[in-house]
Amino acid sequence: MFTYCEDPSALDTARWLSCYLTTGVHMRFYASFGTVLLLLAITAPVALAFGFLGAMASRSQLFPIRMIGKSYTSMVRGIPDIAFFLFFVIALDQALEWLRHQALCPDWTEPIRQGANFLVCADAKLPLSTAPQTVHEIYNFFLAIFTFAIVFGAFAANVLYGAMMAVPREQMETAEAYGMTRSQAFWRVMVPQMWIYALPGLSNLWMILIKATPLLFLLGVEDIVYWARELGGSKTPQFTDYPHPDWRLWYFLFLLVFYLLMTKASEVVLKRLTMRLSHGQATMGGEAMRRA
Amino acid sequence: MTCYEAFQAYALRSLGIGERLLPRGEISVCEQVVLIGSGMIWNVYFGALALLSGFFLATAVALGKNAASPWLRKPSEWFVFIFRGSPLFIQFFLAYFLFLSLKQQSGVFDPLTTAAAGALVVLFLNTAAYSGEIFYGALRTVPRGDLEAADAYGLSGWVKFRRITWPTMLRLGWPSYTNEAIFLFHATTLVFFSGFPARQQRGDALFYASYFADRTFNPFVPYPIVAGYFIILTLIVIGIFGLVNRRLNRHLAEGQRSRLRIRPQILR
Repeated sequence: MFTYCEDPSALDTARWLSCYLTTGVHMRFYASFGTVLLLLAITAPVALAFGFLGAMASRSQLFPIRMIGKSYTSMVRGIPDIAFFLFFVIALDQALEWLRHQALCPDWTEPIRQGANFLVCADAKLPLSTAPQTVHEIYNFFLAIFTFAIVFGAFAANVLYGAMMAVPREQMETAEAYGMTRSQAFWRVMVPQMWIYALPGLSNLWMILIKATPLLFLLGVEDIVYWARELGGSKTPQFTDYPHPDWRLWYFLFLLVFYLLMTKASEVVLKRLTMRLSHGQATMGGEAMRRA
Repeated sequence: MTCYEAFQAYALRSLGIGERLLPRGEISVCEQVVLIGSGMIWNVYFGALALLSGFFLATAVALGKNAASPWLRKPSEWFVFIFRGSPLFIQFFLAYFLFLSLKQQSGVFDPLTTAAAGALVVLFLNTAAYSGEIFYGALRTVPRGDLEAADAYGLSGWVKFRRITWPTMLRLGWPSYTNEAIFLFHATTLVFFSGFPARQQRGDALFYASYFADRTFNPFVPYPIVAGYFIILTLIVIGIFGLVNRRLNRHLAEGQRSRLRIRPQILR
């Protein structure tokens, strides 16, 4: 990065550090923080959409749809979410390959599951085995995002279902009295009012989502945990210009501080948001603001 | 291998008793059920011990957070913030590397680099922070009338705390604490994915499940088995905590009792 970095072994500590912290691999480490933020940015709205659909399904008048919604919302209660993460990544991958297999190779006769193998034809592989490494990484990342969205969608469905139920019954009755249909009442009366009831739950969920991001590491994505382990491990002079002992403790301390800052910042923002949404609401928070 | 043989060979595999080699090639459902069940021993071990020990620290933390003196309040607040504000996964990694470097200083820290002791310490501190916050919230909502009544009866200091404040705090916080307990058991599945080594592949339920999923390339058998075990464990936890809840509420009229409600909230 800097011109004086030619021979690191001759530098004093401060310069050595400035060179060490700007090597190519460190840049990839910093970029992986972007990966985490990207995951948050995509997962949060998608999970919210899944949650909304789940909550709507749980309120459906049709029994089968209601059952699907109810089982989706309750799946996260008894089972560790990490099990879901590990499960969905493989299951989704296999489901996609199976679908492509059915579509692309109709004349394939051998069974797909042969003992301990899952075999699909070469055309159906995802991504194709000829694809470059980056395509594999992007595919993995999107599998991970989808998995996060499914699991957090279930959490969000729980919260949103509760929020829909919390909208005062009189509001819905008034809507009915005005002759609105069920769906009109839902979209015009319930949905605009439910968010303030959902907000505490959703803020909690956001915090949980932030704290779940290191699990990307388990899903095979090169995220901050991966790089912290890689970079922190002790390095010998044979393989690098910057030999150092085992520094993983410091790298993970840095990650800890990063997460603490994220949490703190979110807390501040969410507090402001709650204030805004409480304006003019028939809740204790709204009432308190009116008097003030 | 019949189911009975599988049970004999693998029931205590996670503790190092019985067959050493894990099954290879064709892996029967029986072997998966038995081995994953054997891994559950670790989940119960971590969860139960961390809860038991964390309970006391949690009470102390709640009292510390509620204290007037900043010397007690600030450390408690920071403790809660650090453990609740960062992912458990990172805490495990950090603790493991911390213990590794401590080990180089002195042999006393040797046991801490194993999952059995090191991960337990992390879980203990983690659950103490989460439950401490729950108890703190409950402590703030202890009815003033109860405390005034205690004063009127001449109770004070330790006796007042022991007989009035503490039981009321527990009663008010118990539904949330039940939740915390359930999700602590779920969180124990992270241990062997986070640096702490599973020596000779003695791991917990999810460790074996992911081993099988990798080996058989079929996630549709081992993960539902884990799910089944955890649903049973969750029901047992709810049952036990429900009994305690009944005891804590026994002096109240039927309508005033707080029910246990299970809300999913925590992935740390």
